[in-house]
Amino acid sequence: MSILVYIRNVNGKIKKQSLELTSYAQALSESLDLPIVGIVIGEIAEEELQALKLYGMKRVLRVNDAQYNKRVNRVYTKIIEQAVIETDAKYILFPDNNQGKAIAPRLSVRIKAGFVPHVMDLPHSYEPFMVYKRAFTGKALASVQVNTDRKILTPMLNSFGLRENPVDLTIEDFVPEIDEPQSRLNVVNKELEAGGVSLMDADIVVSGGRGLRSAENFSILEELANTLGAATACSRPVADDGWRPANEHVGQTGKIIAPNVYFAIGISGAIQHVAGVSGAKCIVAINTDGDAPIFDVADYGLVGDGLKIVPELNSLLKEVLADK
Amino acid sequence: MRVLVCISNVPDTTTKIRFNAEATKFDDTGVQWVINPWDELALTRAVELKEDASSPVNEVVIVSVGLAVVEPTLRKGLAIGADKAVRIDLEPNDAYQTAVQLAEYIKNEEFGFIVCGIESGDYNDASVGGMLAEILDYTSVSSVSFVSFEGDKPIFQRDVADGKEQVEVTGTAVLIVQKGFARVPKIPNMRGIMTARSKPLEVIEASSCEPLVEFVSYKMPPQKGGVKMLNSAQELIDCLVNEAKII
Repeated sequence: MSILVYIRNVNGKIKKQSLELTSYAQALSESLDLPIVGIVIGEIAEEELQALKLYGMKRVLRVNDAQYNKRVNRVYTKIIEQAVIETDAKYILFPDNNQGKAIAPRLSVRIKAGFVPHVMDLPHSYEPFMVYKRAFTGKALASVQVNTDRKILTPMLNSFGLRENPVDLTIEDFVPEIDEPQSRLNVVNKELEAGGVSLMDADIVVSGGRGLRSAENFSILEELANTLGAATACSRPVADDGWRPANEHVGQTGKIIAPNVYFAIGISGAIQHVAGVSGAKCIVAINTDGDAPIFDVADYGLVGDGLKIVPELNSLLKEVLADK
Repeated sequence: MRVLVCISNVPDTTTKIRFNAEATKFDDTGVQWVINPWDELALTRAVELKEDASSPVNEVVIVSVGLAVVEPTLRKGLAIGADKAVRIDLEPNDAYQTAVQLAEYIKNEEFGFIVCGIESGDYNDASVGGMLAEILDYTSVSSVSFVSFEGDKPIFQRDVADGKEQVEVTGTAVLIVQKGFARVPKIPNMRGIMTARSKPLEVIEASSCEPLVEFVSYKMPPQKGGVKMLNSAQELIDCLVNEAKII
């Protein structure tokens, strides 16, 4: 039996989220006394995987095959299913991002395992198995019980963090048997865009509202995001008016995010907006109106005009980061 | 071409969330029910495609798994411009049950493609689209922001990490969409509301299927410790660096 962790392969590199997911698995394994096994799909060097052993990973199944470099959800699901059987995994963990959302529900159907997304913490009971997940778009938490033998979770990672636990790691090449490895999805055209930080994966998010007064003024937000290595986001009116792309809208009807730090600049904090960001570990609010509801949910608040404060913040941050 | 939009019936986004005294069930007293916002965007785009004479889409069907209480929400979908509504008569306990019911219905029908909102505003499982695709062995396409056609063949544009891709799919596709598929939901006009009354709303029996998970109880999110008000950008940076230690 094992705890199986899906290690996301980003062009031959692993990301911090895989270390965090391993830390979460390590905490589970201390209660369950099960070993942690990783599964990584697509070409990746052994050295790149070594970082995982610092966090308790003892064994990695590596599907080191170029034909699987491109993610095909249906095929990845089948590969992971075979890894589940190979390791008799009772718990299968995915990151709570687009990849996890795409693969975990499919795996749930294939192996008839209960799936809990948006997991907020470690289980609060193992017999029966119960965890808290986000519900009502951040306005509540639901305790969900899973009765199936195998269980699939996507933990929200920023609320958990990294915990070191060095062990020895064995990397084994794993050869899945896939009858139809090719995608039924054919990319006919691709337009590249300047790649900023993905909003769903970002540690830090810099977000602006109507208080920034025009689409052009968002350039100062982009500069701040650049300095911080952050993703940019916006409130609903800003997206609806076309100041920013619709895929940057965070809130109850846009994207729901849980970064480490969320900067809300010129955002009043309507209930629908707050619902989409309440998972953030730290909220920094900057607004001209000291009574704006965003200050009720913020950790740090600054009353003032974002147009003046953001450039100031940016130049001060550059100094701080240069010193580090 | 027929397009299917899967609809979830959820509390209005301004709803204050409350539970019963035992905290085991959502208290829906006085709750205004609406089309799940992401599903509403899906429906908006589907109706726009149907109204666009150059697109082969000529029928939009909406489907929901729920008891009679979801019918006003389906009527609203008909008012927005769907041609037909289907209600599968079951109050689902989890996303798996919902997906199984939808699949049972879809496998006997012919659709050009199927659209699901990324998640529902109540139980936030973000699973139905992916589960449905797996049960039916269909291809799923996420973050779709545009649909165009080459003759009768749909081309889906999706947002990926480094840009936008146009993709075509062999067989039926399940699109999993969020904001961007449409920007603003379509508001029904008076004519739409009038004609919605006479459009077909078919009720079909649910098939038997056990849920995989169980929602046992609820609690409110932990309260924040309260905001620390600061006076300058410098103070803010000091706090982020030295106190919160996040930069």
